[in-house]
Formats: sequence, structure tokens, C-alpha cells
Amino acid sequence: MSGFRTLLYKEVLRFWKVSFQTVAAPVLTALLYLLIFSHVLDAQVQVHNVRYAAFLIPGLVMMSVLQNAFANSSSSLIQSKVMGSVIFILLPPISYVEFFLAYVVAAMLRGLMVGLGVLVVTGWFASLSFVAPGWILVFAIIGGGIMGSLGMIAGIWADKFDQLSGFQNFLIMPLTMLSGVFYSIHSLPVFWQRVSHFNPVFYMIDGFRFGFFGVSDVAPATSLAVVAVSFLVVALTTLALLRSGYKLRY
Amino acid sequence: MGVAVSIQQLVKYFGSLRALDGVSLEIAEGEFFGLLGPNGAGKTTLISCLAGLVRPDQGQLSVMGYDVHGDYREARRRLGVVPQELVFDPFFSVRETLRIQSGYFGIRNNDAWIDEILENLDLTAKANVNMRRLSGGMKRRVLVAQALVHKPPVIVLDEPTAGVDVELRQGLWQFVQRLNREGHTVILTTHYLEEAEALCGRIAMLKQGRVVALDTTSNLLARVPGHTLNLRLANAASLPLALRARATQNEGCWIFRLAGFDEIEHLLAEIRVAGGVIEDLRLTQADLEDVFVAVMQGAEAREQAVSR
Ligand SMILES: Nc1ncnc2c1ncn2[C@@H]1O[C@H](COP(=O)(O)OP(=O)(O)OP(=O)(O)O)[C@@H](O)[C@H]1O
Ligand SMILES: [Mg+2]
Repeated sequence: MSGFRTLLYKEVLRFWKVSFQTVAAPVLTALLYLLIFSHVLDAQVQVHNVRYAAFLIPGLVMMSVLQNAFANSSSSLIQSKVMGSVIFILLPPISYVEFFLAYVVAAMLRGLMVGLGVLVVTGWFASLSFVAPGWILVFAIIGGGIMGSLGMIAGIWADKFDQLSGFQNFLIMPLTMLSGVFYSIHSLPVFWQRVSHFNPVFYMIDGFRFGFFGVSDVAPATSLAVVAVSFLVVALTTLALLRSGYKLRY
Repeated sequence: MGVAVSIQQLVKYFGSLRALDGVSLEIAEGEFFGLLGPNGAGKTTLISCLAGLVRPDQGQLSVMGYDVHGDYREARRRLGVVPQELVFDPFFSVRETLRIQSGYFGIRNNDAWIDEILENLDLTAKANVNMRRLSGGMKRRVLVAQALVHKPPVIVLDEPTAGVDVELRQGLWQFVQRLNREGHTVILTTHYLEEAEALCGRIAMLKQGRVVALDTTSNLLARVPGHTLNLRLANAASLPLALRARATQNEGCWIFRLAGFDEIEHLLAEIRVAGGVIEDLRLTQADLEDVFVAVMQGAEAREQAVSR
């Protein structure tokens, strides 16, 4: 497993060396969301009987985890493909399972690091509770895993940076933005509530938020089941791609 | 001596292009082997198949007896490849790059060997410099270093001297020759044929995905016999008409192909008699370039004959 260890170390070092862009910047973005939305809405709106700012923070944290996990594996892969340096990891005796694990774990770590940063910075602006920290961790970890794995698929599939940003803008952004980060789906018309139930990200956010307030739109065990199955599907797809050498070994 | 690299009936298509058309080669342990051919001949594709970067459509490949596909871990551990393209990872310094590359092969605490490689490739002063800040030639040296971190028994160099200065080129060859003496098998592609002539014990020439010549360097050189005499006369017109038929003219020089040394005497005598004054005279032996040209033309002629 030393191939895995080194690859993981390399992936973490890669984002850590530019942590200003990869960690600090997304924390700042989340903080700006919080300041703007809570300034407008905090006084008027309550969701699940908590004030809007407090409701929003877990959503922002989880959104940051997910987006950064995706960004990490996808940008690392596309960059090394475009630069050609991907051969440095294709030449050594690294199995496709090690390859997968290293990239996904690194993506998770970046996601969790940013998420923690967002939590620390935004925590000042509302009083949060942590009713069930176990759920918080489980959803953050599996959610990061799903997005890190999805980022691998996107990074392997894309040949150019604009194809990757297409994937990001037309799939990842809508899925996360429309997942109930900024609202409870009970405030939506019935039709859109139904649509939201087909969005796996909704379950990640909802389950994650349950860990804070102990209230959610869906039972956390149901969310966990959906999220776990999603992870399995995405992970197996990624492993199959890696195994076949799709767009990596010609 | 065992077989270092075995390639059997290798076929690779890129779309409808047959980049490798049934290549078979066997390279023994300890050889210094040259892989030559014009642009697009399939040299890099062949190397990539050996390294597992390209998946062949047909054929068997093994490195030190380990199948490149079935036993990929063992095969890759024994192979070091210097890629043709100048690639690098912009996030890391030279030393970080080499440490990480060692780790991929399961080697920790590799600093002693890394230092030795750096020393030999004249990179010691740049060890802690970011890859982005290196010149093109230095980046190429790092590629060589990366291929050597795990002391592979088989070293493949795909045009390692393109864009590298004279001093390093010599340093590099000394280093690679030393590794070869110590038992490493070396496979080299280059477009500098004098390099191949000086270094390689055996050479394969590739054209359009096929091996068109495979022999020891000395046997190949013997294929184009005789010598070439270059003459420059004080006034070009003074070459006797009888001799002009045997010569070709190039940039004011008359060029004669000679089968043996005794021809020279007769030739010079005839010129003297005709009143010719020799300004400059050069005698050269056939080199690998002549062989290369002859082999490629021969392959072309055979192809045309077949297609007719
Ligand atoms: N990834 C690829 N996709 C499509 N065609 C390719 C690919 N790689 C190589 N080829 C084609 O295969 C043929 C052989 O290419 P290769 O790179 O092996 O040549 P080479 O002998 O290394 O040439 P050079 O001396 O220029 O490096 C060429 O016609 C090339 O265009
Ligand atoms: Mg080439």
C-alpha cells in the first residue's frame, strides 16, 4: 500500500501548497453567503424552529465540503492530464484501487478541512447546537467521498478545462444549490419537493443538518441509506473506469 | 544472460492507423539497444506499450520475464522510462518530485541514491528549486532522474538528449554507460545517429510500425561498404569528362564512392594529368546515417514492389 500512501501524501501536499486558493478562498465565499443571506433574512425567517442564520450554516458547511471535494480530485486529474504529468502515476506499480482511494481520501480531507474552516468562521454569527455529532461526521465523510469520486470521473472524462467547468456548472452547482442548502424543501411547491427527492445531494445536506438540530425533512436513516447507495454506485463506476484505463491508458 | 525485454507480434491501432504492425524484438540483459526510425515510425508507441501506458491490440510484452499486463506490478518495478515529452508536476521541487516518485515504487528514505543521481545529472544546485523554475534542459534531466529512482534493471530513454546541452549530453552518456556496465539494460531512441552509433551494441530500425533492420551496430555499418572521397578542385571545370560520370557534385565538391583504397591513387593521377589542382580533400567512412538512409530507401522500394 505504499503507492497509496505516497499518492495520498502527494495529493494532500498539492492542495496544501496552494491552500490560500484551495482552503481559504472557499471559506471566505461561504462567509460572504452567510453575511448576505442572514443580513436579509435572519430577522424574518425561521426554519425548523431555528433562526435562519443557524439553519443556513450547516448547509453552507456541507456545500463547501461537497464542492471542494469535487474540485480537488477533478482539478488535480485534469491538470496532470493536460500537463502530461499523469504518466508519473501511471508508470509505477500502483493498482487502480490504490489510485482511487488516494484521490478520494485526499478530496475528502480537503472537503472536511474547508468545511471545518467554514464552521469555525461562521459559528460566530449564530448559536449552533450539535445534537448528534455522529451523523454530522458520517454525512460529511460519505458526502465528501461521493463528490471526490464524482470529481475523479469528471477529471478522467474531460479532455479540457472547459469540459470540466461544464460538468461543474451544469451538474454539480445545480445539484448542490437546489438541495436545500438555503431553504427547507417543505417551503417548496409539492412538485419541486418531489423533484428534490431525486437529488442525492438533498439527502446529504438534510442528514448533515439533522446532526446539528435533530430535525430534518427526511429521517436521517433514510438519508444515510440513499447516500450510502449513491456512494457505492459512484465508487464502483469510478473503479470500473480506472480498471479499464478509460482515457488514461490508450 | 537472460532476456530483459521480450516483444512478440505487437500490433497497435490508433483508429485506422496501424502504428505498430507486428513488431517482435528480444533484448538481452545488459544490452545497450538502439531503437531508430523516422518521425512517426512507432518508437514512442512501442515504448508506451512496454510501460503499460498504451494497450496493444495484439501481442505479448514482458520485462525481465514479467508480463506487462498480467504481472504489471513486477514488470513496472523493473522498468524506468524517460518520456519523450517534457512533462513535470509544477507543484513540487526537484527533491520532492524524486522523493514522491520513490514512494510510488515503495521506496522510502531514498535520499542517498537521489543525491547520487542529482550529482551525476548536475542537478544538485537545483535540488530545492520548484520544477516550474527550471530551464527546459534541466526539466529533461529531472525526467531522467525520475526514471532512475527505483534503480530499474531496464532503462528506456525516449530521445533523452533533445534540447540538452553538450556538457550534460556527455555527462548523461557517461552516467548511462556506467549503469549499463553495472548490468542495467538500456534502450535508447534518438535522432542523433552518431550517438546511437557510438553507444549501442545492437540496433533496430523501425519504419511505419515495422522492424526493417535488426542487427549489431557493426554489422549494420558493414552493410554500406567502402569510403567516400570529397574533392574540391581549384577550377571545377578541370575534372576530366571520363571521371564526371562516376562522381556526384555537391556544393562545389565532387563526391566519389570508392570500393577500396587503391582506387584513390588512380583517381588522383588522372586528375593531375588533366591539370586539375586539388584544393581540399576528405575521406569519410560510411556511418550510421548512410546505413539508415539505405535501409529506409530499401524498405520503401520493397513496399513499392509489393504494392505493384
Ligand atoms: N495517442 C495517439 N492517438 C492517435 N495517434 C497516435 C497517438 N500516439 C501516436 N499516434 C500515431 O502513431 C504513429 C506513431 O507515433 P509514435 O509517437 O510512436 O512515433 P515515433 O516513432 O515516436 O516518432 P518521433 O520520432 O516523432 O517521436 C504516428 O503516426 C502518430 O501520429
Ligand atoms: Mg517518439
